[in-house]
Amino acid sequence: MASIEISKVTKQFGSLQILKGIDLQIQSGEFLVLVGPSGCGKSTLLRTLAGLEKSDEGELKIDGKVINDVEPQSRSISMVFQNYALYPHMDVFSNIAFGLKLLNKPKHEIEHRVNGIANLLQISHLLDRKPKELSGGQRQRVALGRALARQNPVVLFDEPLSNLDAHLRSQMRVEIKRLHQNMKSTMIYVTHDQMEATTMGDRIAVMKEGVIEQLGTPTEIYHSPKNVFIARFIGSPEMNFLEGPIVKKVPWPEAQKPDQLLGVRPEALKVSRGPLGPQEVEIGQMQIELSENLGGQQMLHGIIENQSVRLLADSLDKFSISEQVPLKIDLTKVHIFDKKSGLNQRL
Amino acid sequence: MMKKALSGAIILLFSLFSVYPILYVVSVSLRGDNAFQSRSLEIFTSSSTISNFVKLFIETDFLIWMRNSLLISAVTTLMGLTLAATSAYALSRYRFRGRNFMLFALLATQMFPATMLLLPFYIILSHLKLIDSFWGLFIIYSSTALPFCVWQMKAYYDTIPRELEEAALLDGCSVWQIFYRIILPISSPALVITALFSFMTSWSEYVIAAVVLQDPELYTLPLGLKSFQASLGTQWGLYAAGALIVSIPVLILFIGISRYLVSGLTMGSVKG
Ligand SMILES: Nc1ncnc2c1ncn2[C@@H]1O[C@H](COP(=O)(O)OP(=O)(O)O)[C@@H](O)[C@H]1O
Ligand SMILES: [Mg+2]
Repeated sequence: MASIEISKVTKQFGSLQILKGIDLQIQSGEFLVLVGPSGCGKSTLLRTLAGLEKSDEGELKIDGKVINDVEPQSRSISMVFQNYALYPHMDVFSNIAFGLKLLNKPKHEIEHRVNGIANLLQISHLLDRKPKELSGGQRQRVALGRALARQNPVVLFDEPLSNLDAHLRSQMRVEIKRLHQNMKSTMIYVTHDQMEATTMGDRIAVMKEGVIEQLGTPTEIYHSPKNVFIARFIGSPEMNFLEGPIVKKVPWPEAQKPDQLLGVRPEALKVSRGPLGPQEVEIGQMQIELSENLGGQQMLHGIIENQSVRLLADSLDKFSISEQVPLKIDLTKVHIFDKKSGLNQRL
Repeated sequence: MMKKALSGAIILLFSLFSVYPILYVVSVSLRGDNAFQSRSLEIFTSSSTISNFVKLFIETDFLIWMRNSLLISAVTTLMGLTLAATSAYALSRYRFRGRNFMLFALLATQMFPATMLLLPFYIILSHLKLIDSFWGLFIIYSSTALPFCVWQMKAYYDTIPRELEEAALLDGCSVWQIFYRIILPISSPALVITALFSFMTSWSEYVIAAVVLQDPELYTLPLGLKSFQASLGTQWGLYAAGALIVSIPVLILFIGISRYLVSGLTMGSVKG
């Protein structure tokens, strides 16, 4: 276990500023997810922390000790790579044991440790296979085993599941969380998948173009997004954004200003004809265009004041195409953003 | 069916073309008389005898030439391989001033035929007092084979994902440990092919050896075989027998490493 402190870290490749002053504090034993679109600098930040890249400015600390000039071998950081990076000439046992052998651990201890990890990851039967004889999911497990074998206080994951199919991915998500509870290492997990981020993270750091835009628990980020980018990026299906006179239907002073955006998640919109609830406001008539059946719910696509919206309704409710229905919003789940700055006006 | 038969016939024909000369050499080596001129297409005749082989080993310096050639080829291969494996690694992994120029210069040396370099080589070696010394050949052979070997190794290293080395780094390897515990074992197919290339260039080389080595005690196999070509008449039987034995080590090497040759073509594509 170790706490991590990243302050004012910048990194440039050629003339491109990739990290633009990253500040991030991670508590000991935390599982932090770093999420953001491809190319925003997540891997670069992770690699800088591991010592695989050198930061231009700023400070990296582990347990209060500055590690900027510590060699990667001595940082006590493990990393799981996106393409697994298993040693192709070694069998699974040697792959996992490699780091321990370099530490000159006694043979019986290495065997004990590797067997323990193999058990935990359910790869005991694969120990004498070479990586090329494994499936993608099995390789991923071996890569996890190798990273965990040294029991380093910090473990980094760089999009470890992105090469797996959806089923394996959801299975491994749970498994990695379980490992975290077992090992209690501080873990930083990088992904571009917001779903992975919200399901796995104790806290999430949302990154965009070399800047951390918001840091918080999944609930905080989902319910109080700091700006339009985060509101759009986190949550699926995506938040609806409406503009024009309709914004002023929200009875808040922020909504009355010019050039504001109304952000409302699909589950905060309702189309029932019943009376308004205590925190509900009707914002107009929506014309239904299309309904997608999702099983228990249906996704309605509609048009209101020439803008399209999507919302979730019970799949048993019957709607017909082109029908006009009153659209209500739940004020506890509505956001007003400034159109120009993109900032959430009520935070 | 017809197609298959046709292609089989064509393959057979070409195989015959390439195999027959070898068989013919076998035949000549087995003839007691010095009957190179014989018109007969027969390979084994009633007069076949191994006397040429016996004579080769007992009456000539063949074994000494063999020892010299093995020594020179082995040392050349070892020197060339060590230099190529390490310098190619640096060229593949590190970005330093002059790197591109070096790569280009290595390639440029390949544009000149080795015989063109013969005179400068001779002058340098005589200044260094390395004429009639194996060291002269070690240096020339490994340095002429080096550009190709370096490029070959670099091309292979380039296919090894960087993450593999980074994983080893985080596992606690030093840079040197990464090289010999991860990179070298993974590169074994390329190393084997490079070694074979180095070995063959020195094993069958004649022109440079003829210039550098003048003492018959130091002769390599190609020089020794040439010495059967006397002014009064070539001993073709001995010559053929020697040529056959010269090709045996190369044959053994090829068979021994054929496994690597095949895996070398596919291994780069196996992801981490
Ligand atoms: N070694 C490098 N040299 C030059 N540019 C790089 C290097 N590594 C990353 N980049 C660039 O930095 C940007 C961020 O990359 P990366 O950190 O890998 O993003 P992410 O992991 O968020 O997808 C990309 O535009 C990428 O092209
Ligand atoms: Mg990345």
